[in-house]
Amino acid sequence: MEEKLNTRRKVLIGMTAAVGAVGVSFAAVPFLSAWNPSAKAKAVGAPVKVDISKIQVGQKIQVAWRKQPVFVIRHSPEALENLSKIEEKLDDPRSINIDEPYRDINPTRSTSKEFTVIAGVCTHLGCSPKYYPEMEPQPWDKAWIGGFFCPCHGSMFDIVGRVFKGVPAPTNLKVPPHNFKGNILTIGEDQEIT
Amino acid sequence: MSNQSSGLFNWINDRLPIKNTYERHLSKHPVPKKVNFWYMFGALAAVVLIVQIISGIWLMFGYENTEEGAFASVEYIMRDVDYGWIIRYMHTTGASMFFAVVYLHMFRGLMYGSYHKPRELVWIFGMTIYLVMMAEGFLGYVLPYGQMSYWGAQVIISLFGAIPYIGESLELWVRGDYYISGATISRFFALHVVALPLILIALVFMHLVALHEVGAGNPEGVDIEKYVDQDGVPLDSVPFFPYKVLNALVAIGIFGIVFSIIMFFFPEGGGYMLELANFEEANPMITPDHIAPVWYYSPYYAMLRAIPDKLGGLIVMGAAIAILFVVPWLDRSKAASIRYKGNLSKIAMVIFVLSWLMLAWLGTMPVTALRTTLSQIGTVIYFLFFLLMPIYTSIEKSKPVPDRL
Repeated sequence: MEEKLNTRRKVLIGMTAAVGAVGVSFAAVPFLSAWNPSAKAKAVGAPVKVDISKIQVGQKIQVAWRKQPVFVIRHSPEALENLSKIEEKLDDPRSINIDEPYRDINPTRSTSKEFTVIAGVCTHLGCSPKYYPEMEPQPWDKAWIGGFFCPCHGSMFDIVGRVFKGVPAPTNLKVPPHNFKGNILTIGEDQEIT
Repeated sequence: MSNQSSGLFNWINDRLPIKNTYERHLSKHPVPKKVNFWYMFGALAAVVLIVQIISGIWLMFGYENTEEGAFASVEYIMRDVDYGWIIRYMHTTGASMFFAVVYLHMFRGLMYGSYHKPRELVWIFGMTIYLVMMAEGFLGYVLPYGQMSYWGAQVIISLFGAIPYIGESLELWVRGDYYISGATISRFFALHVVALPLILIALVFMHLVALHEVGAGNPEGVDIEKYVDQDGVPLDSVPFFPYKVLNALVAIGIFGIVFSIIMFFFPEGGGYMLELANFEEANPMITPDHIAPVWYYSPYYAMLRAIPDKLGGLIVMGAAIAILFVVPWLDRSKAASIRYKGNLSKIAMVIFVLSWLMLAWLGTMPVTALRTTLSQIGTVIYFLFFLLMPIYTSIEKSKPVPDRL
């Protein structure tokens, strides 16, 4: 009898604890959800427009989109021709490992034959890589072929943002959605909504 | 009059165990009669904790936890609030000093085997305190919203992104925005001033309760509980008051002098305690040329950089801290103290300390190929010290530990 009572008690304690645990998980929902970006934070992030006619060949400009840097680079035809020759140095030359919006359209990775548009945020730990376009020995690489170098942890990318082998960054720099219309580049939108 | 006050005291004491607690944990608490200066850093850490709480409360009077206001409010505290500069530098110097005394305290533990049975839990509570302190220090460093606050936080929060599958959404969840914004600052503020200090104080309490249950260790690694008098008080012990208290007062005095010299003359610590880039407001568009952590994180940061893989770097850095928790079970030596351990332990300890210092230096320097290689060597040594510990502590011959202190 006593044993039966004990079992009964154990079952009841177990059931109470289980119901309590369910209650706690429901109660946790608002506390955890409150950490998500607020509606206000989500609303910011409208596309930005840039006049690209003033960019010189070989020059890089930096544009803020969603408060994050986006690099726009104008390449010379020679620089673009070289891109296919350095592929053995790269980890993922065709951007297979990431969600690349304009894969295999242009060597620039953008929808333009001349301009590259890439997020200036290192895919390692989020620093903004620096642009060293010249092909010259650098402290981090004796045979530097030009591109981006991240000062934080030494990740290296080529001039269109493709990651080198053997560096901490796991993937190529991301290409944000964009479109070109004459001299106007819009970042943050695939096609102009009319 | 005196009768009345003792009457009041008795009235309270009958309802609240003041006398008992005071005698048990302070005045009569037995401590080993022979310890050295290495046994002062715990008390100093408690002093710094109090300094941090008081100066922190005062900083909150002027600090504004918004994206627009944070940086300016720190400058306001520095320039416009009477003696605001001393309160802020007390807090920033206190942060560095907290880590300094805790690192020395931890090293004492490693050296004299303070984690040996029965003090495993004391060690684990201590390690948890260290872990919470690292989080607390990081959160606090973000609050002024300077360039180094921003980019340091960018790097640390991006670490979450290395976790497979959930990484990117976790990153967003921690930030509460698409970049480190006012939303991030205000939650970090709440965690820094309320949540983590509460946890920290609770852990310190547990650390001390566990310590008083098993008693403090000593540099000889002698178990003083073996020989006790008829009241159960260890023969090789002295009461906490006045012996330990007066010792501690001397230590606190010396520490206060060192603290003040740094606070008044070198509050930036040559850029290792307050980085120069942090005197510029956060700019999400430009990464400073050289991102270095403050000195107390730099060994682990060097490990992160040494691994040419994002997830791997995170795992190694986490493992470097995690492995410290299990040290009580890695050390198989019969002797607790390095004084009676064999030569292998002594050599391992020296190499470990040197490589830790090398990593600390490397973590503050810009990346070069040679430094990356050195960081990798240092990381390997760091882990070998712990992973091989069960082997070298069991094969070496330790000297017999004396019976009495």
